[in-house]
Amino acid sequence: MTVPKTWRRIPELYNLQGTKCKSCSALFFPGREVCVKCGSISLEPYRFQGKGRVVTFTIIRSQISDPEGENIDIPAREIPYVLAIVELAEGPMLTCQIVDTPEKDVFIGKQVDMVFRKIVEKGKRGVIQYGYKFR
Amino acid sequence: MVGIISFGCYIPKYRLKAEDIAKANGSSNDSFAGLGVTEKSVPGIDEDTITISTEAAKNALNAASIDPKQLGAIFIGSESHPYAVKPTGTVVAQAIGMGNNYMTADLQFACKAGTAGMQIIYAMVKSGLIEQGIAGGADTAQAAPGDALEYTAAAGGACFVIGKDPAVSINATLSFSSDTPDFWRRQHEKFPAHGGQFTGEPAYFHHITSAAKNLMGKAGTKPSDYTYAIFHQPNGKFPLLAASKLGFTESQIKLSLIVTKIGNTYSGSSLLGLCAVLEKAKRGDRIIMVSYGSGAGSDAFDMTVEKAIPVLKGHTIQDYIQDKIYIDYSRYLKFTGQI
Repeated sequence: MTVPKTWRRIPELYNLQGTKCKSCSALFFPGREVCVKCGSISLEPYRFQGKGRVVTFTIIRSQISDPEGENIDIPAREIPYVLAIVELAEGPMLTCQIVDTPEKDVFIGKQVDMVFRKIVEKGKRGVIQYGYKFR
Repeated sequence: MVGIISFGCYIPKYRLKAEDIAKANGSSNDSFAGLGVTEKSVPGIDEDTITISTEAAKNALNAASIDPKQLGAIFIGSESHPYAVKPTGTVVAQAIGMGNNYMTADLQFACKAGTAGMQIIYAMVKSGLIEQGIAGGADTAQAAPGDALEYTAAAGGACFVIGKDPAVSINATLSFSSDTPDFWRRQHEKFPAHGGQFTGEPAYFHHITSAAKNLMGKAGTKPSDYTYAIFHQPNGKFPLLAASKLGFTESQIKLSLIVTKIGNTYSGSSLLGLCAVLEKAKRGDRIIMVSYGSGAGSDAFDMTVEKAIPVLKGHTIQDYIQDKIYIDYSRYLKFTGQI
């Protein structure tokens, strides 16, 4: 991810900031410019609380390839890790890592809380991207 | 009155047993018996000083339902800031939702950078520059394989919201500093170097006892006036010896001795000891805390518990100490980026 793109996503990644439709109160994560429920273009930032439950999950055991050809230190060193779809308490779903939890203790329906972690670290020179994971 | 409004701590979940370190280095268990540390905390692969500080700061805010936008400054002390150039403070401030109107700079003074941050926030609040601010110390401590430091170098941190009308007033604070090269890490070096036994008498003990004596002289107190004492905890032995030299009893420092369970969290060390005490302290209790940072200096604090201290259920230091996953030495090397 480029530096400007990383920077633009900071409120989303650090603070679980999505959007709320001012017309029909629908919530979105990541945030949207247009409400897909009522069509309104009047949306405001909305910060989710960081509580959720595991909808489904998988174990990643093979190293991802980097389209930019750079050396990704994290998450390559984290393999194997748990990748899950988590439904936030407010409704929207997101994809995230489940950390600090042995694979055998991850299950569908598990209650999880957001934690702040390193997401991607490109070698020794790149910017470190931080953001949400759950545990 | 200015002092601590709330506090929060964070300790990574992973633990490495000292006996596994000894085994990996071909040493016997006698090699760590004198340290009084049987296991230490290890950061996850995706954890660093920024993530540890953020979790601790969030806990401090949640404990007392503090609006992060009311914080006028943030100072994080560490000797393992993830960037050489780019502040830890701005990432933590963004992650806890402080907005943009705050003052910050990263602090480094070996293991006492966190308490230096507390002194700065205390002074800023007392001078009227800000209403309240947050200071913390955190580290993912480094130790070269085979070095004696490997038995104790751990990860963890704590943050304190400091402001007016506090739960714990800071009655007095001062420092004792000198150019004493007992422990250092040169630019671009991965692991610190140290002077072995030189880290004891002329370094740790001289600065801790001098700062404590000067503070008690300033406050007009004596060891028996304090309910609890906290001294920097590089191992399980030094704080006990420092207490004894100053005339404190083991019962006064026992509660703060978390090093035996998690190791030395460097900039987080004395602060996590303070967290352990604050979780149990009651109104009227008087507390003395003296940190130590190599290079060298000690920051001393005389504090009094004024009212009930907010404690965040489920995120206490005891919760974090008990919630653990043991890893072996090879996983430890992977987690800390050594393989």
